[in-house]
Amino acid sequence: MKAHGTVHKYGDNVDTDVIIPARYLNSSDPAELAKKCMEDIDAEFVTRVKPGDIMVANKNFGCGSSREHAPIAIKAAGISCVIAETFARIFYRNAINIGLPIIECPEAAKEIAAGDEVEIDFDSGKIYDLTKGTEYQGQPFPEFMQKIIKAEGLINYINS
Amino acid sequence: MGMTMTQKILAAHAGLDKVDAGQLIMADLDLVLGNDVTAPVAIHEMEKMNSKGVFDKDKIALVPDHFTPNKDIKSAEHCKCVREFAAEHNITNYFEIGEMGIEHALLPEKGLVVAGDVVIGADSHTCTYGALGAFSTGVGSTDMAAGMATGKAWFKVPSALKFELVGKPSSWVSGKDVILHIIGLIGVDGALYKSMEFVGDGIANLSMDDRFTMANMAIEAGAKNGIFPVDDKTEQYMKEHATREYEIYEADEDAEYEKTYVIDLSTLKSTVAFPHLPENTRTIDEVGDIKIDQVVIGSCTNGRIDDLRVAAKVLEGRKVAKGLRLIIFPATQAIYLKAMEEGLLSTFIKAGGVVSTPTCGPCLGGHMGILASGEKAVATTNRNFVGRMGHVESEIYLASPAIAAASAVTGKISSPADLGL
Ligand code: SF4
Repeated sequence: MKAHGTVHKYGDNVDTDVIIPARYLNSSDPAELAKKCMEDIDAEFVTRVKPGDIMVANKNFGCGSSREHAPIAIKAAGISCVIAETFARIFYRNAINIGLPIIECPEAAKEIAAGDEVEIDFDSGKIYDLTKGTEYQGQPFPEFMQKIIKAEGLINYINS
Repeated sequence: MGMTMTQKILAAHAGLDKVDAGQLIMADLDLVLGNDVTAPVAIHEMEKMNSKGVFDKDKIALVPDHFTPNKDIKSAEHCKCVREFAAEHNITNYFEIGEMGIEHALLPEKGLVVAGDVVIGADSHTCTYGALGAFSTGVGSTDMAAGMATGKAWFKVPSALKFELVGKPSSWVSGKDVILHIIGLIGVDGALYKSMEFVGDGIANLSMDDRFTMANMAIEAGAKNGIFPVDDKTEQYMKEHATREYEIYEADEDAEYEKTYVIDLSTLKSTVAFPHLPENTRTIDEVGDIKIDQVVIGSCTNGRIDDLRVAAKVLEGRKVAKGLRLIIFPATQAIYLKAMEEGLLSTFIKAGGVVSTPTCGPCLGGHMGILASGEKAVATTNRNFVGRMGHVESEIYLASPAIAAASAVTGKISSPADLGL
């Protein structure tokens, strides 16, 4: 499994209130949530994002609320993977549970710039910055989590 | 190597004698919680599952509190979805607005969580129940769905930070100041993936309400859970509220902690977190001159009876500053009633405040007190992220009920000492 796309870059402590503001939580429809994704820190994101694009951020990505609407909005906006230095733990769980691939990799998070073209190989955890010609080793998922991601989420995993 | 208090509770619920930090386990759940924002997503996920029933109708709590009383048609539809699900599955602990409260104040009050429990809730502040000596943590809606169906959840066993509390806080210094001080010290990701275990003689000087406030904000340091040992006050609280058996777990003598912090409560001052992160803390003497437009007292962090009593003590016989809006929302119906019986509500109203029915309302920028651009608020809530209480250009300063009430009187961030108290 691979992801390939253009990078949207953010800083430290991107919280769930900016990923999807609470004022939009009266909806749980992924398509509707996607339209408001990142609105409070990057109003242009929803017009710029293309299917398959990659989000890169620094530490503690997804901190704050437990709203699963946050990874749902990111996934529905077309993002194929989020790379960060670290993730807040509930966001980490939620992303895996809904089948949004995420990778922790401090070097990649620091060096990859907005607009770079990046490819990720999920099996090896390798991240390639095709614009810069650099390569990074991300932390691969523990086996247990790989199974959940492969099943495309916890519900399918339980059903099987 | 021994186990921490958290690890012991998790081991017991996974049927294991021993667990180590980093180990993945499947644990049995004593309670699964959801609200009007997260439960509809979970209910929708459950519909996709092969098994459609719930694991135990008595071990699920559904609390519509975020956008209730229904803010608009969409939130009414969400609440309806939760209500219908509760009826269909005969859920014992579904709370309609007349008997409700903000979930994290309500569940301990109703005796639904006791020491030794493992609880998940589709709400990040589920960590509040650590005050009772339980392991409780926030999860997302999919985990909630899986939990409701199977009564189990997967966990990665956390490592821990130890906070040794000593001494006695001075007057007007509360649990809120202690936890803000700690978050300022370690940062909003200082306890990422870890437990925050509070120990030490100083705990005896903190009320149960102080402890709920502190455990509530463990998530603001990125922690998986915050937990207190069980003492006389905890047992007394459980005797008054719960009927279930509880189990007391203690950390092993040789339990491993990544780091130990010693916090002398007697040296702490009232603390305020500046926008836009709970870690941007300053003590009250470093705050400077900050004019404010709104004061919010309430939430799952500081909407309990002790909090309202402190606020009333400061507001008694005083008036809010001209042009300032003071909004007080007691956390549960029982607290509301008690505040009424004790005359606190009349103190608030005479001071020029408004008192709201229990709701999350302004805490998450939902309704009942949204900020306009450029406005500043002092709030006893737990998050001051960009746009949390309204416009992206508004600002939230997090503080204790004492600071919030004093600020309401002067119109700028102040302490009760500024009022001669
Ligand atoms: S009061 Fe605020 S923090 Fe607490 S549950 Fe409600 S929205 Fe969340």
